[in-house]
Amino acid sequence: MLELQNLSFQVSDEDAESRENFKEIIKDINLTLHDHTFTAITGPNGGGKSTLAKLIMGIERPTSGRIVWNGTDITEMSITERANLGISFAFQQPVRFKGIKVKDLITLSAGTDKKLSAGEACEYLSKVGLCARDYINRDVDASLSGGELKRIEIATIIARNTPLSVFDEPEAGIDLWSFNNLIKVFEELHETSSNSLVIISHQERILNIADEIVVIANGSVKARGTKAEILPELLEGTGSCKFYQ
Amino acid sequence: MDEIQKNLLEQVAGLHEIPAGAYNIRANGASIERNTTANIDIVTKPDKQGIDILIRPGTKKESVHIPVILSQSGLTEMVYNDFHIGDDCDVTIIAGCGIHNSGDSESRHDGIHTFYVGQNSHVKYVEKHYGSGDGKGERIMNPKTVVELGPNSFMEMETVQIRGVDSTVRSTAATLEEGAKLVITERLMTHGSQYAESSFRVDLNGADSSANLISRAVAKDDSKQLFLAVINGNQRCAGHSECDAIIMDRAKISAVPEITANHLDAALIHEAAIGKIAGEQITKLMTLGLTEAEAEAQIVNGFLK
Repeated sequence: MLELQNLSFQVSDEDAESRENFKEIIKDINLTLHDHTFTAITGPNGGGKSTLAKLIMGIERPTSGRIVWNGTDITEMSITERANLGISFAFQQPVRFKGIKVKDLITLSAGTDKKLSAGEACEYLSKVGLCARDYINRDVDASLSGGELKRIEIATIIARNTPLSVFDEPEAGIDLWSFNNLIKVFEELHETSSNSLVIISHQERILNIADEIVVIANGSVKARGTKAEILPELLEGTGSCKFYQ
Repeated sequence: MDEIQKNLLEQVAGLHEIPAGAYNIRANGASIERNTTANIDIVTKPDKQGIDILIRPGTKKESVHIPVILSQSGLTEMVYNDFHIGDDCDVTIIAGCGIHNSGDSESRHDGIHTFYVGQNSHVKYVEKHYGSGDGKGERIMNPKTVVELGPNSFMEMETVQIRGVDSTVRSTAATLEEGAKLVITERLMTHGSQYAESSFRVDLNGADSSANLISRAVAKDDSKQLFLAVINGNQRCAGHSECDAIIMDRAKISAVPEITANHLDAALIHEAAIGKIAGEQITKLMTLGLTEAEAEAQIVNGFLK
C-alpha cells in the first residue's frame, strides 16, 4: 500500500529571492493506493501529474509531507532504496545510453543477480511489440526512434516485475498499432499479477481499463473514483469540465 | 615466462598460451619467442631495435601477434617495427604493450609501427596498452603509428588503453591512395594523475579514399587528455572524426579537431562532445536498483566497450 500524506512540492522561480516567488507544483496531496490496483492519474498539462510520479520514485523530494510504502516511511530514501523496495518507474522521455545494449538494460532491470538468457530478454521485448532479435544487441542510443525507445522502457518495467510500477505517459510517442498492444500489456499485467500499476495518461482507453481514476489539476486531487464516476464528466470536454476549471 | 609476464601477456594480447600463426614476443628488451609461417616472416632488424614483419602477397586469414611486455622496473626502450603487407592480403595483427612496474624508476616503451599496405589488402590491427604494479616508478608508453595505404586497401585499427599507463603520447599518421579506407577506433581511459595525448593526421591523397576516426574517452580523478585530429582532403574523398568524451571528478579533456578540404569534392566532418555523465542516465539506472556508483561504472564500461 502506498500512502501520500500531506505531500507538497515547491520550486523557486529563477530569480526568486523571497518566499512569495515559490511556485507550488503539488499542494497538500493525500492519496492512498491499495495493493493490486490499477490507478490512472489524469488531468491537464502542467497540473503536477509527472511531478507526483517523480516524488513517488524519489527523483524529486517533497518540500513537506510523507510517503509511506507498506508501512515504511520512504520520504527520505534514495531512488535506489525505493527501487529495491519494489517500486519501478517508466520515464516519459526514456534515457539514451551510448554503449549500453537493449539486452544489458533488460538484464539490469530483471535484477543483477539473475542471469538472463537471450530468450528471456526477447520475451519481454516481444510483449511490447518489438521483434526481439532485431533489437536485443542494439545500443539504447540515438539510433532508436522515440517510439522504439518508449517500448523498450516499458519492457524494462515488465522485466522488473515489482509490487508497484509507475508509468509516466506510456502512450506518448507510440503509434496506434502499438498502442492497441500496449493496452493489452497493461491489462495482462494487471490480471496476471498482484502488482499495482499507476499510469499517468491522457488516453481514454487507458482510463477505461483502470480500477480507479484520479484527476489532478493545479497540484491537487480534484476528483477520484471509478471510471463510471469520472469518465463522463471528463469527456464532456475541457471547456465545461469542472475538473479542469 | 613468470606469472607477472603471463598476466601482462593476457591483458594486452588475450593470450593464455602460445598463439597460433606467426608471433614475436618481446620481454624486457629482447625477443624471447618467435614463430614464422610459410607466408609471414619475422626478421630482426640488423641496425636497431625491432623487427620487420613480411607478409607475402595473397596471404589470407592469417594472424600475427607481436606483444611487448616489460616487468623490469627502470627499463626504457625504443623499438621500430615495420610491417610490409603485400597485395591482396587479409590479415589480423595484434600488438600490445604491458608494463608492470613495482619499482621506483620509470619504465618506458616507445614504439614506432610502420605499415606498408599493398593494394586490395585488408588489415585489422589491434593494439592494447596496460599497466600494473604499485611502484612509484612511472609506466610510460609513446606509440607512434605510420600507415601507408595502397590503392583500394582497407585498414581497421583498434586501440585500447584502459588502465595503468601513467603517461602516453600516441601519434598516428596515415596517407591513403585511391580507394583506400581507414577506420580507427580508440578507447582511452585515464585516472589518478595520468596524462594522455592522442594525435591523428590523415592525408586523403587518393580519389575516393575515406577515413573514419572514432575516439571514446573517459578521464577520471585529476587526469588530463588531449585529442588532436587532423584530416586533410586532397582529392574527392570522405573524412570523419568524432571525439566523444566523459569527464569525471577534476579531470580535464581538450579536443582539437581540424579538417581541411583542398579539393572541391572532399567531404569532411568533425564532431566533438565532452561532458559529464548525464544525470538522467544515472537516475534511470538507480530506478533499476543500482547505486549511484554502480550506475556510473555501468555507464563508463558501456561507453568504453
